Amino acid sequence: MSFFIAGAVIIFLSSVSSLFFGRKGDWASRVGGLGTVIGSAIALIPPLQVLLKGGVLSLQTEWSIPFGTFFIQIDSLSAFFLLPILVLCALAAVYGIDYLKAYQTHRNLGPVWFFFNLLLVSMLVVVTARNSLLFLIAWELMTLASFFLVTFEHHRPAVRQAGFLYLLAAHIGTAFLIIFFVLLGSRTGSADFAAVPKIPSMAADILFVLAVIGFGIKAGFMPLHIWLPHAHPAAPSHVSAVMSGVMIKTGIYGLVRTICLLQTPPAWWGWTLIILGAVSGLLGALFASAQQDLKRLLAYCSVENIGIIALGLGTGLLGIHQNHAALAVLGIAGGLLHVLNHAFFKGLLFLSAGSVLHSTGTGQIDRLGGLMKQMPWTAAAFLIGAVAVPGIPPLNGFFSEFLIYLGLFKKGINSGLETVIAVLLTVGGLALIGGLALAAFTKAFGIVFLGSPRSASAQHAHEAGPLMKTSFLILAMLCLLLGLFSPRLIYVLRPVLLSLTGLTNEAIQIELVQASSILSQIVKVAVLFGLLAGGLFLVRIRLLRGRRVESAVTWDCGYAQPDSRMQYTGTSFTQFLADLFGRLLPTRKNIASPTGFFPNSGQYSEETDDSCEKYLFRPAARQIVRLSAKLQWLQHGRLQVYILYIALALWILLIWKLM
Amino acid sequence: MNSAVDLILIFLILSNLALLGLSRLGACIRVAALQGVALGLLPLFLVESGPAAHQLFFSALLIGLKGIVFPWLLTVVLREIQVQREIEPFIGYGSSLAFGTVFLIVSLWLGSRLPLPASMQSGLIVPSAFFTIMSGFFLIIARKKALTQVLGYLVLENGIYAFGAALSENQPVLIELGILLDLFAAAFVMGIAVFHINREFEHIDTDKLSGLRT
Repeated sequence: MSFFIAGAVIIFLSSVSSLFFGRKGDWASRVGGLGTVIGSAIALIPPLQVLLKGGVLSLQTEWSIPFGTFFIQIDSLSAFFLLPILVLCALAAVYGIDYLKAYQTHRNLGPVWFFFNLLLVSMLVVVTARNSLLFLIAWELMTLASFFLVTFEHHRPAVRQAGFLYLLAAHIGTAFLIIFFVLLGSRTGSADFAAVPKIPSMAADILFVLAVIGFGIKAGFMPLHIWLPHAHPAAPSHVSAVMSGVMIKTGIYGLVRTICLLQTPPAWWGWTLIILGAVSGLLGALFASAQQDLKRLLAYCSVENIGIIALGLGTGLLGIHQNHAALAVLGIAGGLLHVLNHAFFKGLLFLSAGSVLHSTGTGQIDRLGGLMKQMPWTAAAFLIGAVAVPGIPPLNGFFSEFLIYLGLFKKGINSGLETVIAVLLTVGGLALIGGLALAAFTKAFGIVFLGSPRSASAQHAHEAGPLMKTSFLILAMLCLLLGLFSPRLIYVLRPVLLSLTGLTNEAIQIELVQASSILSQIVKVAVLFGLLAGGLFLVRIRLLRGRRVESAVTWDCGYAQPDSRMQYTGTSFTQFLADLFGRLLPTRKNIASPTGFFPNSGQYSEETDDSCEKYLFRPAARQIVRLSAKLQWLQHGRLQVYILYIALALWILLIWKLM
Repeated sequence: MNSAVDLILIFLILSNLALLGLSRLGACIRVAALQGVALGLLPLFLVESGPAAHQLFFSALLIGLKGIVFPWLLTVVLREIQVQREIEPFIGYGSSLAFGTVFLIVSLWLGSRLPLPASMQSGLIVPSAFFTIMSGFFLIIARKKALTQVLGYLVLENGIYAFGAALSENQPVLIELGILLDLFAAAFVMGIAVFHINREFEHIDTDKLSGLRT
């Protein structure tokens, strides 16, 4: 535990001291980045210890705040979430040192590092806190720190708007969480987290709903996700990597912790999570494929992956309820492992997308192209991430989804017709999510990195700096290694599963051994396939030796003067999806079709809005504004009358109390 | 002992009524200053065994600030902006005094209802503190000039201080210092703000500032 505290303190100290170096070139980055790396490395020791050796580390001291005790604890669940937080934040910090260099001449970098490290510390506390007050304080700190990071480029109006939306959404979530913790505390009789003794199912249901909304806003479940596609593109790329990779996972952590505390989930909790997950996954992937902005695409992809995680957890809950060991173990294991996997591959994608943004200055997919030649490392890293997202073996995105599939199939094999249909629908949904994600990332990779440059800025792109390259290449390696070692990795979750599912150690072990043996076969085949591809590549090199290799224009379909603008665009790539799901994707098309025999000009462009934002939140907001307008007579800008309101309220309360 | 405390408290009540009824700003500032001095003396008479050294120091500080520094600051501002009296307040002086009597009655009632520790030096102390707080609020609400509002805040704080003095013989010095610091900053900022408002708009009527809304 002392290592963990020491690490957190180092990170915090470096956060404060980077403030003093803000105006001194990149010293703020050095101080902040180095502090994060060293602090994370030290803080990583206790969680690893807990995961490998088992046991629980805790620290509890008195605190002068009412109801508060400074109570932190690293059990297997906390340790499992600490792992990606620490690794990804350290790598993102290394990346940030290079990434922020472009700003150091005209911006004070002190605050960026201050808030970045503060975000890390607050996340560490969030996943270890065992006292509701401490949790809420850390949660709020996390929100505020990330808000200031999102609004880093606050001179752009769109960024300010995104920041405001994020702040608003996060605080609505916190409001639900405050109610949640107050109710929870009144049930357990203490503000410390403790398993809730038998409570009426009604109360447990209310708590569950509050948790799903409160934590769901942070995690980004589908109708609650609207801040995500705005905030992630607005933030600097290493911050988006952290926010999307691990910060939104604190929402998942909160939900899992809640389920731990409430125990004995009824069936509808599972179904709620499955439906939420399927909707988030499907729509997230669909919206991702329709986006024109690279980072917005990645943001929607986060919604999709959060959906997969929720789906896994939901099936797990259903398994616990029905006492079906395979479904319970594999569903929850799949969901939780996807947290880890998504943290790494989404971090990888955001970092490599960030280096595209950094060198070309634009994230508009249709203005990029052909970047593979100028940025081979970035392209390789992005490719690995893009292959991991839809779950292609042997990369890490595959095996977590595979566990969920496996659990569902095992459930489906020997049960009644209704269950089979439900299981098949879930499996189908999961498969559709994977397919759509594949389409989205084929588009992203193909249009951005292949072909030829579509604009001058894409033409003059340059490879990322050494630190940026190092950090995303390490992440790419991690994605590959996690995938290759997945048959062993899944055993790490045994203690978590033990406390969550309430099954015996043997039952869990049986399921994990079976899953592990299947996974190891798949990994073997995938490695064989990789070796085969490598062998073929060697053969190609051999055959080409001594021959002349020419390069020619790619898109020369018999045109006299091929132009880079004749290439496929991202829009045209996903047009079939836009047409197929036209109802769900409110796409605004702007067409000026060419007319006559010798047309002068023609134009086509389209923009896809968020359907939840357009059909759900904007009308709701309009109604609220309309209703509030009726109360405007209260608000007329006279200071004296405002003070009168306050004074009256205070006096009436006092008199009423003393009556 | 007790009679001295009562004397101070009655002075407190009377000075509040005076503030409600006065229109000349200079006179208002002087009355508020006298009120501050009286309040500074109050804790010295509240302790049975004679004041301790730190209480003496604190009283001196309080009298220095409320009796000399704030009035001096406000007088300087007053001279700069050349405004003599509050014209057309939201609530006229006659009705202000009427409100004042209502406040006094409510305060006396509150004082009789409020459960308090038994060791009270004087039965008047809670009602007069409440009355001072209410008067401060009333001054802020009913007057237009920024300067009168600063005075209102000062009076409000005087009331809070009197209440605090009533509740504990050994006041935590830190809390008192905190309040004073707040107030000092507030008076300072308001003084500067009043000056600048006057320079920009050639009046200090806060109700006209609402025209700045966009």
